[in-house]
Amino acid sequence: MNIYNKGPVFLGIVIFLALALFPFYNNFGKTNKKPDPKTDTPEIIEYEKLNGKKECVEPKAFMRGEHMVLLNDWRDGVVRDAYRGYISKANGKRFNMSIQNGCMKCHSSKKKFCDECHNYLAVKPFCWDCHIQPKEKEEAKS
Amino acid sequence: MSMDRRKFLKVAGISSILGFGASVASARNYAGQKGLVPPQVDANKETLTAKRWAMVVDMSKFKTDEDYKKVINACHTTHNVPDFRKADGSVDRKMEIKWIWTAPYERTFPGQDNKYMSEHMKDMPFMVLCNHCENPPCVRVCPTKATFKLQDGITMQDMHRCIGCRFCMAACPYGSRSFNWTDPRAASNLKGELPNKQYPTRTKGVVEKCTFCSERLQEGKLPACVEAAPKGGILFGDMEDPNSEVRKIVTNKYTIRRKPDLGTGPAVYYLIGGGDHA
Amino acid sequence: MLEKALEGSKKYWAWVFFLGGLAAVGCYFYFQQFMYGLGITGLHRDVTWGLYIGQFTFLVGVAASAVMLVIPYYLHDYKKFGKIVILGEFLAISAVIMCILFIMADMGQPMRVMNIMLYPAPNSMVFWDVVVLNGYLFLNLVIGWVTLGSDRKGIAPPKWIKPFIYLSIPWAISIHTVTAFLYAGIPGRHFWLSAILAARFLASAFAGGPSLLIILALIVRKVTKFDPGKEPIQALGKIVAYAMFANIFFLGLEVFTAFYSGIPGHAHPFHYLYAGLDGHSELVPMMWTSSIFAVVSLVMLWVPGIRKNEGTLALACVMLFISLWIDKGFGLIIGGFVPNPFEEVHPYWPTMPETMITIGVWAIGLLILTFLYKIAITVREQTVGVEIDH
Repeated sequence: MNIYNKGPVFLGIVIFLALALFPFYNNFGKTNKKPDPKTDTPEIIEYEKLNGKKECVEPKAFMRGEHMVLLNDWRDGVVRDAYRGYISKANGKRFNMSIQNGCMKCHSSKKKFCDECHNYLAVKPFCWDCHIQPKEKEEAKS
Repeated sequence: MSMDRRKFLKVAGISSILGFGASVASARNYAGQKGLVPPQVDANKETLTAKRWAMVVDMSKFKTDEDYKKVINACHTTHNVPDFRKADGSVDRKMEIKWIWTAPYERTFPGQDNKYMSEHMKDMPFMVLCNHCENPPCVRVCPTKATFKLQDGITMQDMHRCIGCRFCMAACPYGSRSFNWTDPRAASNLKGELPNKQYPTRTKGVVEKCTFCSERLQEGKLPACVEAAPKGGILFGDMEDPNSEVRKIVTNKYTIRRKPDLGTGPAVYYLIGGGDHA
Repeated sequence: MLEKALEGSKKYWAWVFFLGGLAAVGCYFYFQQFMYGLGITGLHRDVTWGLYIGQFTFLVGVAASAVMLVIPYYLHDYKKFGKIVILGEFLAISAVIMCILFIMADMGQPMRVMNIMLYPAPNSMVFWDVVVLNGYLFLNLVIGWVTLGSDRKGIAPPKWIKPFIYLSIPWAISIHTVTAFLYAGIPGRHFWLSAILAARFLASAFAGGPSLLIILALIVRKVTKFDPGKEPIQALGKIVAYAMFANIFFLGLEVFTAFYSGIPGHAHPFHYLYAGLDGHSELVPMMWTSSIFAVVSLVMLWVPGIRKNEGTLALACVMLFISLWIDKGFGLIIGGFVPNPFEEVHPYWPTMPETMITIGVWAIGLLILTFLYKIAITVREQTVGVEIDH
């Protein structure tokens, strides 16, 4: 078989494959454990003891899928409209609209809660460029 | 209908542009509406409210350097304002960020001095900060509405939205705005434990300034500078309320504002010849 | 037609790689700026815009100046510009792209730039500047491409392009007017708060842009087989002379108002730029260089004997270009910020990385210009002798 411009053509194919397959060989051999965000911080266990159940601002499934939209809305609500309280549609309770002084008061481990999924999905939200994450506590489960 | 390759690419290109535009235009949040509205959200009950927040500064109440420093410190620690220093410990003017500071009389009120005025008067320090103008040029020029007016008159800064074009800094006739030339957490005072863990820092590339402590008002507290000032040094209240202390002073006493001729309508008033006021 | 940029002499490729190298160096420093922040520049809280925004402002003028060819050719049927009008349009394209790059380089949060579209603020002049600049880029791309494509085939351009060409005339005026409005509506910046600023911008644009075009046309004649012709270059020289006269006249008006009125705020920036203020005279030599070059180049362009000699004409154009670059690409911006709102002088001088980024953007612009001119000139070389009638 006679192929014109063999050199450039094959070089082109090699470059294309190198680029196209980058995600595969880049992640090859890395552990690919399913993310497992933990909701067993001392604060949440304490809450469960007092209230008999775990509950968040909205149901788990909603929070999983929509927390980023909710946080964006909270951000605009607080900064631009001076709202501070969010009334849960699930349980009618009022929550302080704040990531730093709200969310993270219960979910007090960013590593085990936020990073777990974000690392898995390779998303890098820039919340923590400004907002202050809680200090990671040493493993101190009794 | 047959279509040659050129035409196909044209149509495909144009429709993908249109499709992208449409998807942006139709982007909505989970509730299918723009933003959160009551009763889904509400303000804190303890929030201090006003039709028009305003400040009266009475410099005669400030006696010592300590008095100024306390005010500046209170503000800057409350808001995790970075303090960039040079190797020799002096302020690094190239990186400097400040929300409230002092400037001599002749600098604060240019053109209001004269050559017969005593050096003492010319050099007298005045507390300066964002004037939360009635008609703010910074808001007018902002291309993203990152700086905007709240209903209570506060000129607010949305550091999440700011693109760092610094047009507002060019527009502000009071030099009240600062820019984050690098990550503020690189500053010596923010490297370790942050001064206030309830309040965020900023990120590099955004503009910041005094917010009249909007976040503290929402918790029922007065601005940090007001609390830290000597008694009566900085008064804060609703200028639209005829019975408020600030209104009474501005009505009955002689107060001046910075560059009133520019039509910006500053909400920070300086009481002259204070002593005992209303 | 793009393929024509891909074949050329060794010299052509050496030039392309030289520019590419400068652009790469600029990118390297931009990456540093991106990671560290704008603290890498010489800017600070008192002078918040500098070299980048100066270049942006200057280049908007270069872009707008294409109308100085379009108006005589399309409105007054001045046929002699037929060969070089495309050079003006392609210069506009590369200038607008440089403008956009300089704006991006100046942004603290470049990743958020789409916020301008997501939260449009029509009360901000930046919004309108984005609209008119992109519109102008689009217009010139379409007009340049369509007319050149027709030239290549030796046919008249399609009729539908005419409205775009006529639209591009007021549009060019608008880009520089809106750019002037960025500055001219700000209270408390006395140096910019002038009703005549937009007119000044246009005058300096119509002098600076065509002077650059003359230089480019002379280079094109030297390095290619395409001759833009003697007459159009002379005609451009006259345009430059008149525009430069207007520019100097307008600057004189500013000086009169600032000093005769005796209002200190209006005079301070002039003091700082031309004489020094509070012991700071960093910009004085530059500003006087600008002034002297301005007057000398104007005289050179005015005297027919000097203008008609293409050697001295080129020299006059280079001096004029440098003069306007200093005046508008540097002095104008710094003069707005010094003294600051507290009437203190805090000078600014660009840093090395900032300068390299600036050179990098210019290199990218010149690279685009090189490709576009290569395409246009190759087409022209192939159609030598064919009368072009649009």
